[in-house]
Amino acid sequence: MPVVVGLICVGAFLAIAVFAISSSRSKNATAVVYGACLALSLIGLVGALIHLIAEAPDSDIVLPLGLPWIGAHFRVDALAAFFLAVVNLGGAGASLYGIGYGSHESEPQRVLPFFPAFLAGMNLVVLAADAFSFLLGWEFMSLASWALVMSHSREGNNARAGYVYIVMASFGTLALLLAFGLLAGPEGGYAFTAIRAHGASDLRSALVLGLVLLGAGSKAGLAPLHVWLPLAHPAAPSHVSALMSGVMTKVAVYGFVRIVFDLLGAPAWWWGLPVLAIGGGTAALGVLYALMQNDLKRVLAYSTIENIGLIFVALGLSLAFKANGFQAAAALALTAALFHIFNHALFKSVLFFGAGAVLTSTGERRMDRLGGLIHRMPRTSFLFLIACAAASALPPLNGFASEWLVFQAILLSPQLPQWGLKLLVPAVGALLALSAALAAACFVRVFGIVFLGRPRSKAAQDATEVDRWSLGAMGAFAALCVLAGILPGFVIDGVGSVVAAFAGARMPAQTSLQWLSIVPVAQSRSSYNGLLVFLFIAASALLAAYAIHRFASKALRRAPAWDCGYPDASPMTQYSAGSFAQPIRRVFGSFVFRASEHIDMPAPGDMRPAHFKMELHDLAWELIYTPITRVVSWTAERLNALQFLTIRVYLSLVFFALVFLLLALAVWP
Amino acid sequence: MAVIVDLAIQNAQMLLVLALAPLLTGFVRKVKARLLRRRGPALLQPYRDLLRLSRKEAVLAENASWLFRTIPYLIFATTWVAASLVPTFAAGLMFNWSADLIVITALLGSARFFLALAGMDAGTSFGGIGSSREMMIATLAEPATIMIVFTLALLAGSTQLSVVASFMLSSAVGLRVSLGLALVALVMVAIAENGRIPIDNPATHLELTMVHEAMLLEYSGRHLAVIELAASLKLLLYMSLIVCIFIPWGQAPPRADAGAQLIGVVAYVGKLAAGAALLALFETMVAKMRVFRVSNFLGAALMLGLLGTLLLFVSRSL
Repeated sequence: MPVVVGLICVGAFLAIAVFAISSSRSKNATAVVYGACLALSLIGLVGALIHLIAEAPDSDIVLPLGLPWIGAHFRVDALAAFFLAVVNLGGAGASLYGIGYGSHESEPQRVLPFFPAFLAGMNLVVLAADAFSFLLGWEFMSLASWALVMSHSREGNNARAGYVYIVMASFGTLALLLAFGLLAGPEGGYAFTAIRAHGASDLRSALVLGLVLLGAGSKAGLAPLHVWLPLAHPAAPSHVSALMSGVMTKVAVYGFVRIVFDLLGAPAWWWGLPVLAIGGGTAALGVLYALMQNDLKRVLAYSTIENIGLIFVALGLSLAFKANGFQAAAALALTAALFHIFNHALFKSVLFFGAGAVLTSTGERRMDRLGGLIHRMPRTSFLFLIACAAASALPPLNGFASEWLVFQAILLSPQLPQWGLKLLVPAVGALLALSAALAAACFVRVFGIVFLGRPRSKAAQDATEVDRWSLGAMGAFAALCVLAGILPGFVIDGVGSVVAAFAGARMPAQTSLQWLSIVPVAQSRSSYNGLLVFLFIAASALLAAYAIHRFASKALRRAPAWDCGYPDASPMTQYSAGSFAQPIRRVFGSFVFRASEHIDMPAPGDMRPAHFKMELHDLAWELIYTPITRVVSWTAERLNALQFLTIRVYLSLVFFALVFLLLALAVWP
Repeated sequence: MAVIVDLAIQNAQMLLVLALAPLLTGFVRKVKARLLRRRGPALLQPYRDLLRLSRKEAVLAENASWLFRTIPYLIFATTWVAASLVPTFAAGLMFNWSADLIVITALLGSARFFLALAGMDAGTSFGGIGSSREMMIATLAEPATIMIVFTLALLAGSTQLSVVASFMLSSAVGLRVSLGLALVALVMVAIAENGRIPIDNPATHLELTMVHEAMLLEYSGRHLAVIELAASLKLLLYMSLIVCIFIPWGQAPPRADAGAQLIGVVAYVGKLAAGAALLALFETMVAKMRVFRVSNFLGAALMLGLLGTLLLFVSRSL
């Protein structure tokens, strides 16, 4: 795609934002704004896909904007085209969904102007080819999404969520700013071409890697920098939550890939170590947190953290392979990461859209107030189920295909010569397997509590199916989940040019293999065929159903539930979100959350009610953030004294500062 | 011609596992009963149960959804596909390249995913208890299986079951620590996955520690018959898996003649019978565990699997 098309899209998004400010109170504004966003996103998507598939040459442009001595560089290469495709695909889905969902918005003037601005920001980050434009786009993206998080600032804890988000986002940008400063060097070559040209020393690249892990990692949600994510993502309107979880975290991954794989030059073997360790830990922690939540959207936000962990593990493997010169394996791991980025954007969008549909029709996000929605929202629940299965990595859906590639990459890693990697990789593999199994438990819990069983509240009982726009968005993405799952070879081949640019090789061409199987590396004897597995399952299920209906009794009767002879009329006796998680909390929670349960059971004859109290500790907050806030407020309190001094003291302070600085200059070599 | 023979063998294996599965369950029950000095039900009793169930009227709970009626077929289909990917009497299945050991694990995971959903559909407390415990067991059993798969795949150089099986038949195997660990871990996982004592008791209803049976509580008639058949298939699958990987002798090589195939069938049935007798013996000797001790049992399996993988990362020869 010519870079101009991308820039025109960005400009048009901004124009829509301006239009939305002026007209957001009019009746049709919602449909117009989201409709225009949909059209623009589709243009961006098609352009990016054509660039990717045709493996078009890079296209760049320098505009006389921004800092005068740099100009604004923009460039579309294969990597940017892939991420543009993901951004605009997510944007198109969210816009389509927004046409229906946005009409329920109580204050559209607080959402409509920022939605296109958010899309513009994300596109701008990916298009940028110099540090200044990149950071500008990054901040624009952060602030627009912050405004969207704050669109319902008076509800619940949303104001706090916005505060934590803006602090963490500023911190992330600061880390990236320093990273770019180190990359540019004292000459200040901020264009990416200049950075690539002069390379970096060992120490400097180590510092940059650390800073990028902090900056891009905090945006993506790597533990322990994830704390803002489960607060901020659920606070936004649901289609924005889908964008933030499905797409904005991917833009952060783009930042990481761009700097570490591209700008930083050839990797050292140990770069993989921190990425792998943090990724594995994030995956397992994210899904364990998800299992403990009661808020539907917060569960989904924590599940995003898990998937980001998986993506970073694949990136770490790719770095380790690349550093050791195993190009085919590096290509496999990088493909797995990109494929999972694409897959996660799809299924997480459907899940957030579904959560939004539930929110629209019941007004509830608490799972313990829902239930039985499969009867009242049959279409939503079917599409949500597909996304749940994809997120749980069940074959033949897309989540499984990318996870299979990651496992195959792990199986290639005994050839790595370094002991640190040899010992770390199997442990990370075990963590990934654990988090995949926990994810299945998490999504059984979500679907079982929200959509199955009996309604636990009046709101859930009176729910109705949502509008066609929302269903259309969910349906399209769920269909893509199935398609990408049964025909993974096309996606793998599609990202081939990206992988070739950064891993030095690409995976063997998949779509030419017999029956559209996929193989991890050329000489491998492992293969997986999603299409055949899908056909086998469908055929045997149909065969079984046919045989049963042909030969077995057809009689069917409805009766009260049996429940071992103890049916209880109250729906509150069903398993709840908390009770479903209890066995897992017992197994993992005492270690990870310091979970403790207190039971107060009155003696026989005592008439007071029994009480059950559960305590969970969020160690990330308690061990890291609370001490930091304490230090900051203590320091602020001390510095506060400086506000109330006499003019003489101020003058002497200025004088001493001057003397100190001059001395420092004199002593400096 | 070769394609037709391959297809015939593939189909024969698929039908064989389907036909043998209830017999295996019946045989385990019989041996267990004899060990307890009971006469026990007839060997063919599971077939009669299935037939009886399929002829009965199905009773659905008032709140049951369309999912509840679909799930039995999904569970059966995923389990059958997984079972037909495991070589039984002959190696070299026609479609073995379409799915590897990771896929087989994940297919069984899908069956469990849907069964757990079925347990929650009617909105009863017993169904929920079963689902939540089943998922807790799965969170440890599944990673343990993946680690066993890693161990085998690192040795054989592929996750493909046919490659693993032919590697285990070759002379390159030898006695290895990692294989021993993998075998122990796989047996532990198989016991847990099939809900056998000491994890769960397949013979009981109405017990607070039940897991698998609690999820099926609302099923009746033809739906129950399909799920019961799938459960028998799963037991057979795990036995075939252990047999095919760790005791592959007697299995007919790919493109073998009819005599070798016959030997393969006899050897396979013999190995299954021995495995079933061992399972029954083990089940009569141990007591059922409390449900929260299960995590220790499966945690040990996970650690054994991880240790096996780690050893192979350290040295190919371990």
